[in-house]
Amino acid sequence: MPTARCSMPDTAASDGAEPAIRRAVPFRAIPFRGGGFAPQPRRAAPLVAFVAIVALWQAAIALGWLNPVFLPSPWSIALALRDLVVSGELARHLAASLSRIAGGWTVGTLCGLAVGLAMGLFSLARGIGLPVVSALFPIPKIALLPLFILWFGIGEPSKVAVIALGVFFPTVIATFSAVDGVPRSLIRMAQGFGLPFAAIVRKVVLPGALPGILAGFRISVSIALILVVAAEMIGARVGIGAFVLSAGNLMQTDQLMAGVATLSLLGLAFGLALSALEKWLLRWR
Amino acid sequence: MELIVEQVSHAYGALPVLAGIDLRVAAGEVVVVVGPSGCGKSTLLAIVGGLLQPAGGSVAMSGAVPADSLNPFTFVFQDFALLPWRSVECNVALPLEHHALGAGERRARVDDALRRTGLAEFRAAFPKQLSGGMRQRVGIARALVVRPAVLLMDEPLSALDAQTRELLMDDFLALWLDRRVAALYVTHNLDEALRLADRIVVLSRRPGRIRAVVPVAIPQRERAGKAARGELGRLRAELWESIRAEAVDADREMLDA
Repeated sequence: MPTARCSMPDTAASDGAEPAIRRAVPFRAIPFRGGGFAPQPRRAAPLVAFVAIVALWQAAIALGWLNPVFLPSPWSIALALRDLVVSGELARHLAASLSRIAGGWTVGTLCGLAVGLAMGLFSLARGIGLPVVSALFPIPKIALLPLFILWFGIGEPSKVAVIALGVFFPTVIATFSAVDGVPRSLIRMAQGFGLPFAAIVRKVVLPGALPGILAGFRISVSIALILVVAAEMIGARVGIGAFVLSAGNLMQTDQLMAGVATLSLLGLAFGLALSALEKWLLRWR
Repeated sequence: MELIVEQVSHAYGALPVLAGIDLRVAAGEVVVVVGPSGCGKSTLLAIVGGLLQPAGGSVAMSGAVPADSLNPFTFVFQDFALLPWRSVECNVALPLEHHALGAGERRARVDDALRRTGLAEFRAAFPKQLSGGMRQRVGIARALVVRPAVLLMDEPLSALDAQTRELLMDDFLALWLDRRVAALYVTHNLDEALRLADRIVVLSRRPGRIRAVVPVAIPQRERAGKAARGELGRLRAELWESIRAEAVDADREMLDA
């Protein structure tokens, strides 16, 4: 095999002569083929892309390519947002939406954690819970708002209940999966040292399930945001959803888009808060 | 204190894995169980440690448990089973937390275990910061902290590279010679068995039965030397001879399944 012979030390070369085999079979470099598939951070790229899109959008309005009645310019949206902040309107709507999210998310999350943990720990709860959750999870929860309005009235409880129900199911699934995914070897280790059941749950199962539970929070928070807007569009006078709907009815598209931008910022803020919480709680990772 | 295993059998559903195992581990004795894959070695250890109820037979102990032992039968795991969110010190302290010990006694036990395993400087580190060998030392320290009478060691070196394995075998021997803790040690590695064991128990392929018991007469501290090589080589050949055909069968069985 020529390559093997090339790599062998040639004893005939000890007298200083170039071994004949090297001239007969020239070396060839092995081409590099390991590139790609390694994402690199590009910190400036998103900022540049954002500025470019906004500039293009603004230019399209200025040049008359887009009708500002249907899509207002970024600048007019920024002015509308400023007016909403100055007048205190935004704070009023934001406070109403946030209080509904806080109530609904807290109730849904606490109930979801309890049921998910029970399903992860106890066979009976799992046997009953899995088919029920699988059947009810796919229902769009906003479809139940009319029923909740009949039960709880048009006021706050029906909106909070829809959010709570929407948050409950993904929390159950995330918690159950996270508890179920705690390595069996850690539980056996704790049993091998004679730790009582409650101590195993507290010291092994819950911390082990925490990454999965926190990942579920990301989903449930965005579901809460979607549901609060939907519920406010159906039956509310105050709240970001109600504000966006009434701005649309009045063709105030700059106000409408200011409301949408607020929702986007709200989603971003929730995401950042959860990232900070994960960074602190999962600092061992 | 002596560990007594009598006529232990076990099956997973219709699949029998252990059949009529009789075994004794005397105080301070190191018994290594070897056998082909799937012969029930780890199942036997789980039964002895009370993590699995055998389908038949019994596990008992005779004699007094050492007064300071909080967990006479204590596992050391193949995958270390450390809690990644706890520091080394907190992992080692875990088995003490549900016992009514004074803060001083708890601290003394943890310090002693960390010192014996060379982990005193790493007490604040998290498992992910440690090499595989150091992680297993944390597993050993966590076992020592409860002052066990018998260590139940389930392939404790098989997740480690060959050099780390050598270092940890030295550590095990030092610990055993120092404290005279007994050990029931499961491995598929014959060299490990010959280096560590007072007695080697050879299991047959599934369902595991005791095929042979091979005492290793050379003192452990002399086994790394040249003088022992001939005798250990002969024992190794003998052991491999008794396992080889079944290891081939077990291998083929797994591939066919």
